Amino acid sequence: MSAATATAAQPEVPRSTTGRQRRSDRSTAENRLGQKLVAPAVVVMLLVTAWPMLQALYLSLFRYRLTTPNDRAFIWFSNYWTILKDPLFWHDTFNTVVIMVVTVAVELVIGFAFAMVMHRVVFARGGIRTAILIPYGIITVVSAFSWQFAFSINNGFVNSWFGWLPWISADTNWFGSHWPAMFAIMVSEIWKTTPFMSLLLLAGLSQVSEDMVEAAKVDGATWWQRLWKVILPNMRAAIMVAVLFRGLDAFRIFDNIYVMTKGAQNTESSSFLTYRQVIEQLQLGLGSALSVLLFLTVLILAWLIVKLFRVDLAQARGEA
Amino acid sequence: MKQPPRSLLRRRPERRRQLLAAAALLAIGAAVLTACSGSGSGKAELVWYTNPDAGGQAKVAENCSTDQYTITTQVLPQDAGQQRIQLARRLAAQDSGIDLMSIDPPYTAELADAGYLAPLPQDFQSTLTQQSFAGATASATWKGQLVAAPFWSNTQVLWYRKSFAQKAGLDMSRPVTWDQIIKAAGDNGGTVAVQANKYEGYVVWINALIAGAGGDIASDTQAGVNASIDVSSPAGEKAAAIVHELASSSAAPSDLSVSNEGTAAATFGSSSGAFMVNWTFIWTNYDEAQPEVKKDLGYAMYPETVQGEQARPPYGGINIGVSTYSNHVDEAMAAAECITKPDNQGVNAELTGNMPASAAGYDYAPLKKIYPAPVMTLFQKSLDAAAPRTVTPYWSDISGSLLSTWHPPSGVSPQTPQSSTTFIEDVLHGRRLL
Repeated sequence: MSAATATAAQPEVPRSTTGRQRRSDRSTAENRLGQKLVAPAVVVMLLVTAWPMLQALYLSLFRYRLTTPNDRAFIWFSNYWTILKDPLFWHDTFNTVVIMVVTVAVELVIGFAFAMVMHRVVFARGGIRTAILIPYGIITVVSAFSWQFAFSINNGFVNSWFGWLPWISADTNWFGSHWPAMFAIMVSEIWKTTPFMSLLLLAGLSQVSEDMVEAAKVDGATWWQRLWKVILPNMRAAIMVAVLFRGLDAFRIFDNIYVMTKGAQNTESSSFLTYRQVIEQLQLGLGSALSVLLFLTVLILAWLIVKLFRVDLAQARGEA
Repeated sequence: MKQPPRSLLRRRPERRRQLLAAAALLAIGAAVLTACSGSGSGKAELVWYTNPDAGGQAKVAENCSTDQYTITTQVLPQDAGQQRIQLARRLAAQDSGIDLMSIDPPYTAELADAGYLAPLPQDFQSTLTQQSFAGATASATWKGQLVAAPFWSNTQVLWYRKSFAQKAGLDMSRPVTWDQIIKAAGDNGGTVAVQANKYEGYVVWINALIAGAGGDIASDTQAGVNASIDVSSPAGEKAAAIVHELASSSAAPSDLSVSNEGTAAATFGSSSGAFMVNWTFIWTNYDEAQPEVKKDLGYAMYPETVQGEQARPPYGGINIGVSTYSNHVDEAMAAAECITKPDNQGVNAELTGNMPASAAGYDYAPLKKIYPAPVMTLFQKSLDAAAPRTVTPYWSDISGSLLSTWHPPSGVSPQTPQSSTTFIEDVLHGRRLL
């Protein structure tokens, strides 16, 4: 029985009008105190988060480049139009979506397997959990360099270790064309962040009631049936959180691409494109427009993922 | 013994904490004030942002420090593009912490055009013009004025394995063409090592190929974004044909599309090493690691793009700029004069292998012990013929656009020059993203 049904099955306690009024007064007062307590944090948040976003929105309406300060001009939404009709923008968005979908899908499967191992393991539990979590503790840039060296045609081990595969030889240049380079980038990303996925799934897994699993077992359900009919449906909120976090994280991918290909072989992501406009080209106007578009895309993605999983977030937070 | 009241017991550690915090604040304040006031002796401290090297610029900074000022160095990132970004962003923010800076030649015009470089006095300009190689002066000139002081100049030559050239029957005492070396390497199991990763080094190669066929990447650059883009020309087509020829030949190293100066040197040092175009530092590159390669190391003028037409080797180097926003412009200008004196160019060359920007710098005695006379002669001959990259404030856009359309080398076709011209024009006018 799920937590939701358990709550619904409880008999409703009759409440007097005065009691409701009293609770309401108290909750209003608590609410007010809560607002006062969080007010400083809200101000700080607005300063550090909203202000740069508003500044980006404002800058995006200008033709503005740092090294031609006299050429600055207000051009309304022209930067957005330039971006949206540029094939490079759509190509890089496509790359980003491919990286996001593939890495999150693979990480979900491997991460779940790791979560099961961490959940069920009875011997050397600490050691196994540490081993699984180590990649996540490594700085992304460091892991990207490691994988770049691993796939390097000059001194990498991938070509020699996997030379027995028909499509890999000592001369395989992984960073010499689009899809092999994308593959190397995705391998690096998956290796680095699968532990994070498995941590989130482990939290969900530990919340699934053992009684329900036992009951299903007694009813004669096979391992697969218990997984599909009992464990996974009860982890829906945890899976959604894992997919949401990792999906949005993967959509912002930058470090791996910067280190491994510098965007060569058309492996750029949306955030890499934004970086190049703002930092390399010093185009504050175009770059700001790109960052606003990136922000909006992330918002839409988050909304889509929440809708897709049909999870009531209030319920997931344990609220009534 | 009488115990103090509980309230006092509670208050004492609190007061101690407050006193400690006040003392810490005072200490931090004093440290900040000391840092702001420089050395505290009234002697100015000039900060010189240098590109990473083997200590040459730090030694020159030490040599040029005087009783009036001390020159200290801060190291910029390794990559030329990243050096430009850091300098441009700091200068745009009017950072007075930069007094002197080492600037890669193609970005000199951009910083000057934005007004970030203090104008050089006319007599200093005259001295520099007289002492520097023509290519060095051209690379530091914007709108008819020398805007930065050439410090060191570098050029690429053709390095080859003497044994391989002999086996292939190539007469290296005469000028050779790209077609000849690609064919000789391909026919005899050798490689031609170049720089073709998606970075500035690849544009250096493209520029040299186009210039070698008598063309230019761009002209009329004072028109800013309306400059004439000349990549789509017979010279551009010949350059594209050579890139394609190498990329589709067995002489292409397997890491061609990700090769840089370092990997090219490694390819040349491998068993398939035959030819390589690379900077002058190669002369000492194999001294300790691969003495057998050093013994077999031959050198010649950069290959010709078109047979019979003088090759135009790449030009690189460093110009010294003085920041407009420095609090010590006069002292920094005096320091720049000292830094770019031929003797100091020689000191830098001795320590780093980055050759002087003036013929007089080559007279520095210790250099003659490291480089045999024919090598020195070749470097200077090559510098005289060198073709700097187009001097324009929009070089980073042009360079980035070339990389977008010419990379990877295997994708270069006869249509590439035309498509890159259109793309560069669109990027310059803000019609396309780069």
